[in-house]
Amino acid sequence: MSDHRIELTVNGRKHGGTVEARTSLGEFLREQLGYTGTHLACEHGVCGACTVSVDGAVARSCLMLAVQADGSEVTTVEGLAEADGTLHPVQQAMRDNFGLQCGFCTPGIVITLASLTGEGKEPTEQEMIDAMSGHICRCTGYQGIRRAIRQLTSETA
Amino acid sequence: MKPAPFDYVAPTSIDEALSALADAGGGATILAGGQTLMPLLNLRMSQPFIIIDINRIAELKGVTRASGGTRVGPVTRQADALADATLAQHVPVMVEALSHVGHYQTRNRGTVGGSVSLGEPAAEMPATAVALGATIEIRSSKGTRQVPADEFYLGPYMTVLEPDELVTGIIYPDWADGHVTLFREVAQRPGDFALVGMVGALELSGGTVSRSGIAWLGMGPTPIKARQAEAALLGKSLDAIDPLAIAELAVADTAPFDDHHASSEYRRTVGRRIFTRTLREALGLKEAA
Repeated sequence: MSDHRIELTVNGRKHGGTVEARTSLGEFLREQLGYTGTHLACEHGVCGACTVSVDGAVARSCLMLAVQADGSEVTTVEGLAEADGTLHPVQQAMRDNFGLQCGFCTPGIVITLASLTGEGKEPTEQEMIDAMSGHICRCTGYQGIRRAIRQLTSETA
Repeated sequence: MKPAPFDYVAPTSIDEALSALADAGGGATILAGGQTLMPLLNLRMSQPFIIIDINRIAELKGVTRASGGTRVGPVTRQADALADATLAQHVPVMVEALSHVGHYQTRNRGTVGGSVSLGEPAAEMPATAVALGATIEIRSSKGTRQVPADEFYLGPYMTVLEPDELVTGIIYPDWADGHVTLFREVAQRPGDFALVGMVGALELSGGTVSRSGIAWLGMGPTPIKARQAEAALLGKSLDAIDPLAIAELAVADTAPFDDHHASSEYRRTVGRRIFTRTLREALGLKEAA
């Protein structure tokens, strides 16, 4: 069916590609551009593993068509750490507090928390915990993630 | 790729979208926020021939004051509506309800009009539109019509929308400044579909109820207007209101269903409880001894 030429920026780098209309953004990022940090699991918007930032707002990349992201700026988990490998504060907090085990759900969680704690924002601990309802983690029981959130709260306060 | 193949167009004006809808002869699906449609596509429960993406139509976005009400463009993101100062001032209960729609991550894409026009019976936006007496503005290439929200919903995910029609606005009538808002829902976790919920508004003048609008979510095949309760409240002074008796009338209008989350009896029981408590708290009534 219809093919579409799209151009978008991912983690500051310009990319282009031709996609079938039915290709999800998540699939495009992984299969055509190689950003495999974005994890696709349920592919119907429940698990949150595929969450990326599109034009500054986090979104499920399985619930958005790649063609819809034409002209957008996308940030995936690969775009958070600095060039020298220094972890983003959210990544550091997750690491410090054992906020992950198998790590499958982690990219989505990190993207959500990075968005919530972005420049000029001071989310409360409860707001961050509430946002975790959009992510399913089957390893940690969430306690490590909650500790990471507490650490982030004290850093931004 | 999980969805079945489809064509895709992204018109930039309402007229273009309407002619694409008309040309498709019923084979098209409108894509707004996609937070419900995309799962249906990925599961192949929906297999349209063509998707008409209305996200690039600027005239379908934003909140404006209309005469006697507030007009919300259907492609207004739920997250934007949640932070909108006009809505906070004029339609406060809608903002309260919005914080229960989906998750932080889905509200960034999900739209007010998408939720209103899908007609999920347990969703907050359809019930809010029904409770407040909103009007749904619908257009096709043949013309425009206005449908009261109360007459818009026919069943689960079924509305009066014809295949060639598009919702182009939702108009919420003004309620008097300082009106009383009612909202409460019970869900298993934040962001889950409500098992039971209620939403509404009351106007008081001189200590008596002068206007009432209340609807249930998750208590039947559509949002359910609590007509008997609304009528019983009208003209009552605060000290003459028996919240439990009003709640009984409200529950009498419902037709809840059984599913694997809750029985209809559970929904009635919890519904009666949250209705009583919400009314009592909103009106500052004491609990009966």
